[in-house]
Amino acid sequence: MSSDAVIAAEGVGKRYRLGERESYAALRDVIAAAVTAPIRRAREGRVPRPEIWALDDVSFGLGRGEVLGLIGANGAGKSTLLKVLSRITEPTKGRVVLRGRVGSLLEVGTGFHPELTGRENIMLNGTILGMRRAEIVRRFDEIVEFSGTEKFLDTPVKRYSSGMQVRLAFAVAAHLEPEILLVDEVLAVGDAEFQQKCLGKMRDVTREGRTIVFVSHNLAAVRALCPRALVLEKGRLVFDGATEDAVHRYLGHVSGEATPAVVEGERLRLHVAKERLYSDQPFFECTRISVLDDDGLPCSAFGSDEEIVIAVDYRVFRPIPALRLLVTLSDDNQVNVLRTETIDDPAADGPLRLEPGTYRSVVRLPRGLFGETELDLNVSLIAEVNQVVDYTAVATIEIRFAGHAGNMRGNAMLRPQLEWRTESADERAPTSA
Amino acid sequence: MSAVAETGSHYDAGRITVIEPKRGWRALDLRELWDYRELLYFLIWRDVKIRYKQTAVGAAWVAVQPALTALIFTVVLGHYAKLHSNIPYMLLTLSAFIPWLLFANALTASTKSIVENQALVTKVYVPRVLIPLAPVLAGLVDMLVGFVVLAAAMVWYGTVPSWHIVFLPFFMLFAVVASVAVTFWLSALNVKYRDVQYGIPFLQQAWFFATPVAYSAAIFPLSIRPWIGLNPMAGVVQGFRWTLFGNGVAQVGHLMLLSFGVTAVLLVLGLEYFRRVERSFADVV
Repeated sequence: MSSDAVIAAEGVGKRYRLGERESYAALRDVIAAAVTAPIRRAREGRVPRPEIWALDDVSFGLGRGEVLGLIGANGAGKSTLLKVLSRITEPTKGRVVLRGRVGSLLEVGTGFHPELTGRENIMLNGTILGMRRAEIVRRFDEIVEFSGTEKFLDTPVKRYSSGMQVRLAFAVAAHLEPEILLVDEVLAVGDAEFQQKCLGKMRDVTREGRTIVFVSHNLAAVRALCPRALVLEKGRLVFDGATEDAVHRYLGHVSGEATPAVVEGERLRLHVAKERLYSDQPFFECTRISVLDDDGLPCSAFGSDEEIVIAVDYRVFRPIPALRLLVTLSDDNQVNVLRTETIDDPAADGPLRLEPGTYRSVVRLPRGLFGETELDLNVSLIAEVNQVVDYTAVATIEIRFAGHAGNMRGNAMLRPQLEWRTESADERAPTSA
Repeated sequence: MSAVAETGSHYDAGRITVIEPKRGWRALDLRELWDYRELLYFLIWRDVKIRYKQTAVGAAWVAVQPALTALIFTVVLGHYAKLHSNIPYMLLTLSAFIPWLLFANALTASTKSIVENQALVTKVYVPRVLIPLAPVLAGLVDMLVGFVVLAAAMVWYGTVPSWHIVFLPFFMLFAVVASVAVTFWLSALNVKYRDVQYGIPFLQQAWFFATPVAYSAAIFPLSIRPWIGLNPMAGVVQGFRWTLFGNGVAQVGHLMLLSFGVTAVLLVLGLEYFRRVERSFADVV
């Protein structure tokens, strides 16, 4: 990460214990829990509270004047990341360095009070957003003009229509002049005309050399405003690069086109979900990941009665005391269906100890394992010198169920042929429920 | 949450902010508070401004409240309390009631301040200590109006203030600090346990009777009297009486020292507690 980055995030993680956000506790419950907890613990052992990482090891850097989009499904961690960047909530892990004055717009009209007049709310809201009084006074007319509420300046805001309130609120926000601007979905308010106006304003702002992080579900807006985007999935950064590619990644698999069975070079880089290389010189580099058939030929569609061969080619630059490879196959929801690691093999005798050179690690997935399904191939290389590279959805493997003894129903991810035994149960005493 | 040492001004372009998990004790970032002084001003201004909006008498309530209350006490209790005081009961009560009102309003307003200003916690970053601070400071406006009422009453009774009155600003500050010390605890606790805000009316009532507002501290025997200083508000009201009416009415002795001590401890620990739980405000509120 370059030292002149305006935003430098390193390994940012935010953990929530489940239930923490649900509702406030009643003192009574806490007291009751305090009394019963030791008893329960003695009886059941320590039960850790379930927790989720809303953000998991997110790192990125942003240079001066860059405009970055954040995209991801609901709950992917976009808003949490924005809250961490705006200091609203503290990260559980990691570190962010921000250079310059930060303005965050997670909501328009924060601190608006219905009893106060438009004029008063502009002052209050502007100050809350971090503007100086003198600055607000200087830009007051501009703000009022942008909002189009001149006539109602001395009317309490509670008498405004909701549209007017939003316009006024956005007008204040739009005149914020921080070096770093963090914006969340604020464009999703107001009527279509005003939204256009907001979008135009955002575009102007991006041209003024401000550094901006912009979160939106509106992919068109992200495309229009941000040359670069991050894709978050379940709290993890899965893509960082050109917005078009990011949108592509977010929208899912390359639908229609046949997925290549051999992925190498720049294309492979596109699938990097996490890369942690602590020294300036990498210990290794993965050069190619291939999905092959029994004969060693590239293939991405298999019958369930065929072996699937996954080969990982990599170069080792410096001796690595311990390297392991991890392959997972996951479904559409990123749920792992299969996981296998180099160290699983008893013959492997632990992690690989490798001297410089080129290597190929191969794993064969036995025939007769899967049903009718499509699975994404993910590969990780983990060196115990603190170097990790994760590739997600490198290739999609399509499997057609070949049938078991003529039964062609294969609607399951796993569809192994298993032994069934049926015997008469008559001699047992009949039991009724 | 933000770095302390390297942080420049909130408004300063060269500002560097470091965001990382913080553990353990941390100092209050006074510089940051200074940068946000305008916000504090606006929060106070907002509290003052909206308090009596849409009321018929408006700001007059600020004067009516202490006057009426003191009058009621005078009618109901004046007869019994007379024995212990050489100044009119009305003045005795009013002088104590003015700081008490600041404290009581602080209890109600500040305790729920974080919860009521959720957006300031979850949608934007501002130094959170400002949020419970603003309603307490807004009470100073009421206090000034209260002094006008008191001055009128003193003219009516023909009572001349003692020269101690030069210490009045100090005791006003003491009233504010004592209120802030208590409300740091309560406002932070209320974020997690809403029980606190429901308990406030009872706490307020109990505290009122534990504080020599409607009576004089002189009703306690000399041996016990200093110990009521364990209640910071006892120190505050006795201090007010001392500045206004002199040694004959209240002494600033051990009682006061004890009050200062308790307030200081409450403030330091309360602030620390507040800052500790502040980190999770946005996640819990």
